[in-house]
Amino acid sequence: MNIDPRYPNCINIKSKPSNFCPGCGYGIISKVIGQVIDELEIAPRTVFTLDIGCNLLAWDYYKLDTIQTHHGRVTPLAVGYKRAKKDSVTIGIAGDGGLYAIGLQSFLHAAHRDDPITIIGVNNTIYAMTGGQLGPTTLLGQATDSSPEGKFTYPKPIFGPELAHEVADDKAYIARASVLNIPQMKQMLRQAIERQAQGHFSFVEILSFCPTNWKTDAKGSIEMIEKMEKTYKTGVISG
Amino acid sequence: MPKKLELLTGNDVVVKAALLAGADFFAGYPITPSTEIMSGWAKEAAKNPKLEFLQTEDETSAGMATIGGLLAGKKAWTVTAGVGHVLIQDPMVLAETLSMPFVMYVGQRGGPSTGTVIYSQQELNLARYGGNSEGLRVVYAPSNIQELFEITQKAFNTAWRYRIPTIILGDGYLTKTLSPVDTSKVLPQEKSEAYFLNGEVKNLRNCFSREEELGSHLNKLFSRYASASKQIVESESYQADGAEVIIFAWGTVGFAAKVAVATLRKEGYKVGLFRPITMRPFDDQGAIKAVKGAKKILIVESSGGQFGRIVRETLTQSTDADYVRLYKPAEGITPEEIEEKVKEM
Repeated sequence: MNIDPRYPNCINIKSKPSNFCPGCGYGIISKVIGQVIDELEIAPRTVFTLDIGCNLLAWDYYKLDTIQTHHGRVTPLAVGYKRAKKDSVTIGIAGDGGLYAIGLQSFLHAAHRDDPITIIGVNNTIYAMTGGQLGPTTLLGQATDSSPEGKFTYPKPIFGPELAHEVADDKAYIARASVLNIPQMKQMLRQAIERQAQGHFSFVEILSFCPTNWKTDAKGSIEMIEKMEKTYKTGVISG
Repeated sequence: MPKKLELLTGNDVVVKAALLAGADFFAGYPITPSTEIMSGWAKEAAKNPKLEFLQTEDETSAGMATIGGLLAGKKAWTVTAGVGHVLIQDPMVLAETLSMPFVMYVGQRGGPSTGTVIYSQQELNLARYGGNSEGLRVVYAPSNIQELFEITQKAFNTAWRYRIPTIILGDGYLTKTLSPVDTSKVLPQEKSEAYFLNGEVKNLRNCFSREEELGSHLNKLFSRYASASKQIVESESYQADGAEVIIFAWGTVGFAAKVAVATLRKEGYKVGLFRPITMRPFDDQGAIKAVKGAKKILIVESSGGQFGRIVRETLTQSTDADYVRLYKPAEGITPEEIEEKVKEM
């Protein structure tokens, strides 16, 4: 797997430096998505629907068409666009809150209908843009802005890819990646977009850093992802 | 043009008019009294592969999917009612800030909450200013099935010509009734255009980092709205000249009031009617002109005063006439009731 350190061509260099916090996983993820778009030569056909969450900061990250939606609404907007423009590559990006809380209904139904779109879900275990509140993927015992003593009330988090797999068509592509394994993430994103082109739903959850809200240094951030990987197993769930 | 009379329900009429206006994409969620519009479209889409149809998981998704269709240049639209209308105001405000030709038919039903399922005039505030809106949308109110046919076509044209979200605000009496409709009048279609074009990068935002940035965006929207309003605003004044009593009514009640005025005039009562056709923008000048010389103003509506507040605010500086109210929230109003009320005055 070729991991080029340079910025991909589809990135809008004029909008850099990006607005993401230092150490945020979105820097890595956005760059890898850009590399996949370059390699597949799909830039002119690609449209991003962005959530209201940290990923809205990517509104001018690429030289690609983008639309910011409302919180949790990347999926239905992507579904509508793809139905109207069948030769497009439609990609929705959302966080764990946008996808597994406020937008869960739409996410599951798109998987269920096998809508040929690609959803990228960035899981950092918290609502990051609003200051680190408890989310559907917060780990057992994890202290957040809205669970200051740690989360103990309902131990089982929401496993998004596994949940989507329950309702999705057998031909859907569903996987979980991590910012600690970039070649695997890139391979999964590529397969997801290719699966969309074949007419099926695809979804990649990516475990990602949020040092600002985790209040971690670089070492602490990596340790947190390693801890997340123990609960959220990376790999292809439906291939 | 010779008349072409067809026996149709209002729900059939909305589907027919939307197709004549060039609609080719529909996303919706079933809700009484508007469900038959969705199922009517589904039947058309089953016959014609050029028509897209998506039954979504809820009204928020219906509205968001409609916006997705608009981005690709489809004449996308949706239909809802009541509590669904509440949910769909969320995508509606996204269309408002992005100046998108979002077309929606709303069949009002009783409220608050689930209320009753066929009729009311209680969704006027919501249609005009729902969501965290500044009211930068057009709201048409057809008063009978014939107008419904023409206004539904016109709504698509207004939306695309001015790039502005447009609502057709009806009710279940209007759309569940079977009536003869003249379908000969077909308006020329307004062109649609995709927002996203291959290769020409567009980044559509609804979230701004600075107050000044949003302020300047809004100033542009307000100024566009003000100039478009002059072309869009519509009302009907009926027998208003020399009238001592002016009735203010809209939608289906507006039609009942017109029937009442015709009867009362025959009996010698000096009564007239002002009926807005666009509930937003509102024809302030038309309303002010209609009440010149009036001694009394009768406001009739099937809500607790949503329309009355617009009327009184509009006429504050323009009349000394006394206000009389016939408010029946969530209940239908007959011409006879209006005639009786005028005779009491």
